[in-house]
Formats: sequence, structure tokens, C-alpha cells
Amino acid sequence: MAKLTLQEKLALLSDAAKYDASCASSGTSKRSSADGKGLGSTEGSGICHAYAPDGRCISLLKILMTNFCIYDCAYCINRVSSNVERARFSVEEVVHLTTEFYRRNYIEGLFLSSGIIRSPDDTMADMVRIARELRQVHHFRGYIHLKTIPDADPALIEEAGMLADRLSMNIELPTDAGIKTYAPEKSPEGIRQAMSNVRLRKEELKKPTHTGRKAPKFAPAGQSTQLIVGADGANDRTILQSSTRLYASYKLKRVYYSAFSPIPDSTAALPLIKPPLMREHRLYQADWLLRFYGFEAGEIAPEQGAGMLDLEVDPKLAWALANRHVFPVDINRASRDMLLRVPGFGTKSVSRILAARRNGALGYGDLRRIGALVNKAKPFIIARDWQPGSMTDAANLRARFAPPAEQLQLI
Amino acid sequence: MHTVTLPRLGTFEVWRDAARALAAAGTPPEQCSWQMEGAAASLFDTPDAPLPPAKRSVNVPKAFPQLAKQLCASRAAGAFDLAYRLLVRLSDAPRLLSNRADPDVAQAEALAKNIRRDMHKMKAFVRFRDVTPEGANRRQFLSWFEPDHRIEQLIGGFFMRRFGDMDWVIVTPEITTRFEGGKLSFEAVESARLDLSDETEELWKTYYANIFNPARLKIKAMQSEMPKKYWKNLPEATLIPGLIAQAEAKVAAMQEAAPTLPPIRAGRVLDRLHTESGDIDADLQGCARCPLAGPATQAVPGEGPMDARLMIVGEQPGDQEDLAGRPFVGPAGQLFDQIAGEAGLDRHAAYVTNAVKHFKYTVRGKRRIHQNPNADEVSHCRWWLDREIAQVQPVMLVALGATAALALTGNGKNITARRGRVEKGLAGLPVFITVHPSAVLRQPDETSRKALRGALHADLAEVSKMMAQVAVASG
Repeated sequence: MAKLTLQEKLALLSDAAKYDASCASSGTSKRSSADGKGLGSTEGSGICHAYAPDGRCISLLKILMTNFCIYDCAYCINRVSSNVERARFSVEEVVHLTTEFYRRNYIEGLFLSSGIIRSPDDTMADMVRIARELRQVHHFRGYIHLKTIPDADPALIEEAGMLADRLSMNIELPTDAGIKTYAPEKSPEGIRQAMSNVRLRKEELKKPTHTGRKAPKFAPAGQSTQLIVGADGANDRTILQSSTRLYASYKLKRVYYSAFSPIPDSTAALPLIKPPLMREHRLYQADWLLRFYGFEAGEIAPEQGAGMLDLEVDPKLAWALANRHVFPVDINRASRDMLLRVPGFGTKSVSRILAARRNGALGYGDLRRIGALVNKAKPFIIARDWQPGSMTDAANLRARFAPPAEQLQLI
Repeated sequence: MHTVTLPRLGTFEVWRDAARALAAAGTPPEQCSWQMEGAAASLFDTPDAPLPPAKRSVNVPKAFPQLAKQLCASRAAGAFDLAYRLLVRLSDAPRLLSNRADPDVAQAEALAKNIRRDMHKMKAFVRFRDVTPEGANRRQFLSWFEPDHRIEQLIGGFFMRRFGDMDWVIVTPEITTRFEGGKLSFEAVESARLDLSDETEELWKTYYANIFNPARLKIKAMQSEMPKKYWKNLPEATLIPGLIAQAEAKVAAMQEAAPTLPPIRAGRVLDRLHTESGDIDADLQGCARCPLAGPATQAVPGEGPMDARLMIVGEQPGDQEDLAGRPFVGPAGQLFDQIAGEAGLDRHAAYVTNAVKHFKYTVRGKRRIHQNPNADEVSHCRWWLDREIAQVQPVMLVALGATAALALTGNGKNITARRGRVEKGLAGLPVFITVHPSAVLRQPDETSRKALRGALHADLAEVSKMMAQVAVASG
């Protein structure tokens, strides 16, 4: 096999990395190189340096260290049984790409993942070496996201957490049964144990030491995971219940949802369907409702029915349409919790309403200036100069929001 | 009418000093006029009149200077007037800024949001090119950028904090920002567009083309975040039309390609992998006798000397035990250790385990709330408990609470009445019944908590006494 150039390797190993949805670079500790001795800064909010035509933000150099892999996960382009061309970066090459891209302001940092080579420990050790080189030799202070290999030695994961801003482990399939079927070499218990170790380690280091000194930060941007949507038969309720448990159990910062999309040289075991992008979008909306709006998974995707989210209207509106007896809500009296349940009100709008109504009762125009989506909210609210009348309970209310029915295409 | 002319560099500082003086003198907003230096001069262009003497002090809330700074960077008509109008209004209504329903506040926030967006886009889309001359001891980079607003001074610090170990210049049509030898400087000078490129751009374009997933074309989403006006200065943007054009064909090719046979290597690798696994403790971890395994982190096995005479059986792992993978480490376990110690019972000489090995819970908000295991789950898990009993062969068992009593005696009812006594267990061994330490923690008031704690203490002291007799008897 001819030796691949850096450019050829980059092509292969970024192509192999694109199925990871996460590209966050926010929420880590504040760092800067204003002292002139290093490169890079992190200031809280992430920055998307480019957008690809798939609408996804490019914030990090997202690559695999290698796409050689000894596992055989059906949904993965890098599984051992795939005939995709293989490549491997050297430590120096990853460091070079990261720092040179960073200096040109292309990226916020590095997201390094990898196929499993030889053993989980060997793979993790090599990834940690890259992060160590960046931090200690090149004084790189930008963002580093390391994918952690669940079965690797906890000491390696510990070191990874001291070097990286974020650690992540992808569960990929929302049920243990799905993992056993499609990723037989992965152990769902192993992944959960590794996540709980990360959580415990993070909490341990948050406590001040007995000398009162602050302990070094362990993965300050937390840990995250990804679930593939549409590869196995799991419905939205199962997926959201999974997420709820993951957030509560391991204090994950994020669960990413990735619509299963066709991969080159795919296995016959999985359907090469068009990726269910709208379903993915609705799951993200539902995820937000779980984390910031006080909703429970069972309310958004109720036990009865097929357990799928409504594709035509967003999950909050769907909940409001199904629970009209709690509306209309008086925006001048309602509690924060209730305001958060009004379609068209985001968390910011709600805070602004609460602050603004201390100056006097709010009217329809005030809501508009505050930035709420009044058209969506109006059937569900009472304001100083607004009553929805029979609108709230109108039979055709759903039709106001749902897209017009499309004529089915004959195949 | 007071006219104040503002310079291109230091706009905010000059506005601030003038606005402060005018507001202190009680000048109403209608009598002030603000203009940028070099803007189309009015017909009666006269030098600015000296600022009036102050009549009172001007205080503003903490959030105002930041807002005013952003308004002063705006090219929107009336931004300076709006900032001054807010300043004047704040003297009568200090909480004005928190009222987003106020038209002035809403407009100011909208303008400021545009400035922040412009700044954010500049942080994102500036592209540096390497222009380091040979022999230089610091790398040197150059960039051309066209912001919508006058944000250069607001944003200089960001690039300084980020690129501290290199020299760089950002040229915009009106301002050139330099960071050289660790010093940041601004110069108001008109410049024409610089056409720049550098070798690394080829690598960046390779990355851009390959990280794109052709199966998820969302052109509108891309353009709303990366509007076309920025494209001419982004090296990767030249690829966009081609990537879009080929996307559909690429996906179709992937879908049509027949699955290939796995490479020969694959069989060898998987064979080795599958023969390597298969260890013994994996049995319990892989247990799927009941549905508790999926939601829990892991099965929590018992712990202690394998030749222990006493086996203590709790209910199930709690939140902490589930995370740590060890029994009796949470709040109830710690309380148990404490009471056992006081009662003279050596907890570490005993084998401690649970009737059910997986944590059963429901999620409420962001917390996991313990749920009692049902009879089915207890009965499925007894298989593991029996195995532990068979391995350790204790002389006596202690059942903590109803679940353990159910697992060990077949009856989980009436613990309060049964506690403090030994019953015959299902395995034929004596089972001492007592309450679970978590019941102590759950008591609603101090009195009942004390009472139950006392009961558990007395029971454990009794167990300790019985174990001492066993030790004497067995010599």
C-alpha cells in the first residue's frame, strides 16, 4: 500500500468522523493566551467557524485518530467488516493540523475520536498522548473533546479528563437489546460504568482539598453521548426515556441525536433510508423541554399510542393542543413554570415577562417587543388587552399550525 | 441645539463624556445631536460648542455602559440619540432596562443584539493567512474582514486573548488592528480589500469537503448562519456550489452499491476478540432476568470476606451504590456503619449484600428517586443471593427491612412486629429480622427517628452478642 499523504489521510479520517453530531465548544472553563506563552482561549460561548451545506456547524477539527477498528458495529462506516480505505494519523500530524488550523482561526479546537486498534487501552493511551502533547508541549489552550473508550483503564480516562474539556462516550443505540444486536462487541454496562466513573471523578474533584486549594478541573465542559435515531426500531418514547435516565444518572451535559444516514459500504443488516431529519429535530426540541422547561418524558411522548413525536407540530405545541384544559394562561399572573409551558414562549421570553410585568400589566404589543412568538402563543394566553375567546378550544386550532396536507406521491 | 462630533476610534469614550456632561446639565434629548467625524457635514458646520457645566451627578445601572458601548458601535440611524435618551430616562426610572416591553429598551436591545451578532460573526469568520518572513522569531498572520458595524475596538481584545503567541493584523475598510510583540493598537486608515491565500487552506478545504454529509443537505440552515456576504473572504466557501451539486448523486451511489464481502482480516480480528472475552463476573453484569438491568448502571455484587460468619442483606443498591458499583456506600450504608460500630458489630467482618442487585428508580426532574423492588424482581434475583449464600456459607443472616426479609424468609410483611427476633430462613439458616437504616432516614420527625435508630441499635447489639456466642461455641 502506498503511503498516504497528510491530505489523503485528512480526507479519510474526517469523512469517517462526520457521523458524530457533537461539535460543541462551549461551557468550559475560561482560558486565555494573553500572557503570550501559549495559543488559544476559551470564553464560555462556543463559536461556529463555518457551516457545511448540511447546515451543521463546524467548530472543531473533528477527526478520527485512525479508522482501523476491531469492532463490528453494523451502523458504523469503520466497522471491521467494511471495505472502506484505512488510515492512521501520527501524533505529530494531529498536533500540526490542530495548531495550524487554530492559528488561521478555522477552528475552536480538536474533537478526537478513534476506531479501536489492538485494545481499548492502547487506543486510549494514544489519544491521551495527543492531548498531552497539545497541552504540555504546544501550550494549546483551545478546546479539546476526547472520545473515551469505555473499556479503557480508568487511569487513562482520568488523565484524559485532566487534559480535555469534554469527554464523551457514544451509546448509539437507545436500548441494551439494540446494542447487543448491532454492536455485539460493545457492552452497555461497560459504557454506563465508565460514565458513572466520570461523574464521580468530576464531583470528587469539585470538593476543595483539605489544604483549601482548588483541585484541578476534570472535564470542565462535562460529558456527553449520542444516540442514533432510525437505525433500530426504538420509538421516540424509548429514546427520550433513555435520555432522561442518562441526564439524571450521569449528569450529562448533552445527549445528541443523530439521524441514521446512509454510509459508504454499508451492511445489509440496516436500512439505507433517507435520514429522518425531522424526527431528529423533534427529538432535540423534546430534549430541550426535558432539560429547561420542566417537562417529563411521559408528558411529551405519552404511554398511549405509538410513542412517536408529532412530526407536523413541535412537541410543546403538541402537548398544549392535547392539554387545552390548562389554557388560556394569564401572562400577568401565571407562575414561571406555567409560562414555560406556553407555546411560543422561550426561557428568555419568560424571564423578560416576569421582569417586565413588575412595571405594570403587559399587553399584546408588549409581548411582541419582548420577543415572544405571539402568533403561536395567542390561542393559549390572556393579556391586558387580549382574550383568546373560543380560539383555545376551537376544533381547527391544530390546523392553524400544522403544515397544509401534501398530496401523496404515487410511486 | 448641542452638536457632538464623535471620532471613529474611541467613539464610545467621547460619547460617554459628552453624554454625561449633557445629562448632568439637564439637556433634553431633543436638543442634542450626534454625528460621526467625517460624516456628510451639515450646511452650517460649526465646531461643537463647549459642553455645559454639570448641575447634578449622573448614576447609571451596571448594565448600561455595556449596552451604550454596543449602541455606539452601531451604524443604525439614531443609535447615539437612543443611547442618550435612555441615559436621560434612567435618572427617573433606574429599573428601566429590565423592562423589555418599553419601546426604547426593546429597540436598544435589538440594535445591541445586531452588534453582538456582528462581533460573533467576526470571531468566527476572520481567516488568518501566514505571512511570516524568514528568520522572524514570532509567527505573523494577516487577515481582511468586513464587519457591518464599527466593532473593531470592541473585538480587539478577543483576538489578543486568543492569539497571544503570534503577531497578527486584521485589516477592515476603516480600521487596521495590530497585535505586535504583545501590544495591541488600532489605526483609523482606509483600506481596499486584500486578496490573500496560504498553503494550509488546501488542507482546510479538504476537511470542509469531507466533514460534510451529503445525505443531510440543509442549505437554508447553512445560509442563515453563514450568509453569502461573508463567502468571498472564506476560502472554503468556493467549494459550496460543487458540494451541493454532487450531494444527491453521492447518496444515490451509496444506496445503490451492493453490500460487499467483509475483508479477510475481519474474520481473524473478530475470532480473536470473541475468544478473549467470557470472564466470570460478567455473568452477574450480563444478567437480564428482570427488566431492572437496562436502566441501572450496573449490578452491584456483595462485598466482604468470603468466609464471613455473618451475612447482612439490605434491599437494593441506591443512587450512590449504583454509580460506585459497591454496596452500602450511600447515606443509608453510612448510617448503618455508624450504628453497627456503636453497637459493637464489626461490619467489615461481615459479608454485606442486597436482596436485589440492580438499582430500581424513577426520574423526577434531574434526580433519581428510589423505588421498591416488587416481589417478582426479588424472586428473580434470589438466584444470585442464593449463590452468594452458598459461596460464603454464613452462620447467620441479618435481613434489613421488608425486601430482605421477603428474599430470605419468603415473607416481607410486618417488620415492625417481627424485628429483633430470629426466624428460620428459606435456606434453613437463621435469619435475624430488623429494620432498614433508610427507614430511620425517612422518619418524618426527630422523635420517631430517634426511636427507630434506637431499635436498630438494640437489634445490632443483639446480633453482635449472638455472634460472640457462636464464636465461643465453635471454639
